[in-house]
Amino acid sequence: MSATVYVPRDSSALSLGAGKVAGAIAAEAARRNIDLRVVRNGSRGMFWLEPMVEVLTARGRVAYGPVTPADVAPLFDSGFLTGGEHRLGLGLTEEIAYLKRQERLTFARVGIIDPVSIDDYLAHGGYRGLERALSISAEKIVEEITESGLRGRGGAGFPAGIKWRTTQQASASQKYVVCNADEGDSGTFSDRMIMEGDPFVLIEGMTIAAVCAGATQGYIYLRSEYPHALRTLNEAIGAAYKRGYLGEKIAGSAHTFNLEVRLGAGAYICGEETAMLESLEGKRGMVRYKPPVPAIAGLFGQPTIVNNVVSLATVPVILERGGAFYKDYGMGRSRGTLPIQLAGNVKHPGLVEKAFGVTLRDLVEDYGGGTWSGRPLRAVQVGGPLGAYFPASMLDLPMDYEAFAAKKGIVGHGGIVVFDDTVDLARQARWAFEFCAIESCGKCTPCRIGSTRGAEVLDRISRVARTSDRETTMGLLRDLCDTMTYGSLCALGGLTPLPVLSALRHFPEDFGLSRSDVAWTG
Amino acid sequence: MEQNQNGFDPAAIEAIAARLKERPGALMLILHEVQDRFGHVARESVPIIGHALNLSRAEVHGVVTFYHDFRNQPSGRNVIRLCRAESCQAMGAVALAEHVRGRLGVGFGETTSDGDFTLEAVYCLGNCGCSPAMVINDELYGRVSPARFDELLAERKEDRR
Repeated sequence: MSATVYVPRDSSALSLGAGKVAGAIAAEAARRNIDLRVVRNGSRGMFWLEPMVEVLTARGRVAYGPVTPADVAPLFDSGFLTGGEHRLGLGLTEEIAYLKRQERLTFARVGIIDPVSIDDYLAHGGYRGLERALSISAEKIVEEITESGLRGRGGAGFPAGIKWRTTQQASASQKYVVCNADEGDSGTFSDRMIMEGDPFVLIEGMTIAAVCAGATQGYIYLRSEYPHALRTLNEAIGAAYKRGYLGEKIAGSAHTFNLEVRLGAGAYICGEETAMLESLEGKRGMVRYKPPVPAIAGLFGQPTIVNNVVSLATVPVILERGGAFYKDYGMGRSRGTLPIQLAGNVKHPGLVEKAFGVTLRDLVEDYGGGTWSGRPLRAVQVGGPLGAYFPASMLDLPMDYEAFAAKKGIVGHGGIVVFDDTVDLARQARWAFEFCAIESCGKCTPCRIGSTRGAEVLDRISRVARTSDRETTMGLLRDLCDTMTYGSLCALGGLTPLPVLSALRHFPEDFGLSRSDVAWTG
Repeated sequence: MEQNQNGFDPAAIEAIAARLKERPGALMLILHEVQDRFGHVARESVPIIGHALNLSRAEVHGVVTFYHDFRNQPSGRNVIRLCRAESCQAMGAVALAEHVRGRLGVGFGETTSDGDFTLEAVYCLGNCGCSPAMVINDELYGRVSPARFDELLAERKEDRR
């Protein structure tokens, strides 16, 4: 008999032993003289079930997990290669509620295909977006992106269509497309999952951007913490060159597009687009003054489209199915879908792609299943280290850029970190300042100095007893946060007060303060 | 992971710089390659790289020291990088960090006296669905409890014998 088994090569699955499981399955098959093909796919994004093994059967793909090497022989004994019953059996993968209720547009192929097989990619609708892009004008490509309502998924939420139009209309002998793959926010891993699970969709998105802008060179600025993504991307890029999807005359057109991965070196600030461009130029990752915006004067001073991995990986589906199709998902001015990442102290951590409008409660309780520890949920931090902490009472907040802004928070890159009732929000607030101090590029004073002074002021709050001293200290903190918010050059210094003030606003008791002490936080 | 403990080979540094210097943004490429090959970027290599790229020592030094990844001294034989960011904090990373420091007898950024282990802090490994996370040399681990860390440490020590 011949069979096909899928064992993820995703970093998280590997961190839980997927490599050993794949090896054990191959060895066991050899021992039993079974002709077995092991495909190393991306992760479906259900990390409590990893390593999750899937088997291709006549009924569809059947899942088992979490699998350890010791489970492998018993799985063979129970006939898992034909979907046989076993205590680790999860049934048909597509029927698992966590997956079935998602709206996967950007993540449509992640976990399904062999990430480095271009044939697999093509068989699952790959390169249809590029095909369409090559058949229409650059202006029409911009129109589709604008129509879709796609906003930057890296965190800033800036309309992609405006960036694209600006670079497309700029005249220069050299233009660039740069993918920001410096996914540094704690609680986020959607970029990584795309790069490890469906790298061609990113390559295709960048190629469409290049065709649109007339750019001939692209770079993926990848954080060094992602060695598996590096390997997968390089394999995929090599395959795309071989098949004529990169290089000269891409896909038989007149366009040239060369693409290269460049590694960061462990600096959070390089996720800020201008610091990233400096780093790509081989310099310290110091934030640039804007204007000029990168769309006009970006990499090496040339017009550059800079987008995050998820933004670019969403471009192919928009081109293939049209901006109107994508725009149909979502709410308000947040259109389309967001790959949300459930992390921290959550029972069912993973990747949930849903249309904007899904509430934190749906995500944390329905998908997430509550806390991992089983203790009461006390806080969630949304949008990475610069995002606000919200209490359990605010879980009805919908994922929407404007709704979050109204509550003094950010959607950011869509990461949700769950904390149970053992969390100390005073410590988390102090950590926000500490992190800013560690990662500040040092160019502007509010961020460089303010972060350190902020941690000191927070220490003082916990020590003051007299009311008048407390008021003075509160005034100092307020001034400092205002200075950082309005006086910093970029979002690192500018948003650090967000987690700090949200912790004070919603959890004053952790600082030994009363509601009235923190009324000024709004 | 065999590393050159002498740490400095001017001819090799020159060759790396000469090979890569024409590439756009060459300095980062050169520093990565030097560190990959020698485990660190020795202070003595700074003027050599600067000369190849027509940059001052200060400019090269500035870049080396800006990025957390680049070391100017060799690491221990094993490098343990422990995530200290929010998602891992929510899953006990603070206590894990205490445990790890106690086991190794060193703080973050330090190397054990026998040269076996260097402990480094890292802020997010993108393994937040399996917190707390750490990397030992090139291997990523998830859901690392103090007990699991002890197992991993014992395996590394076993490998040495």
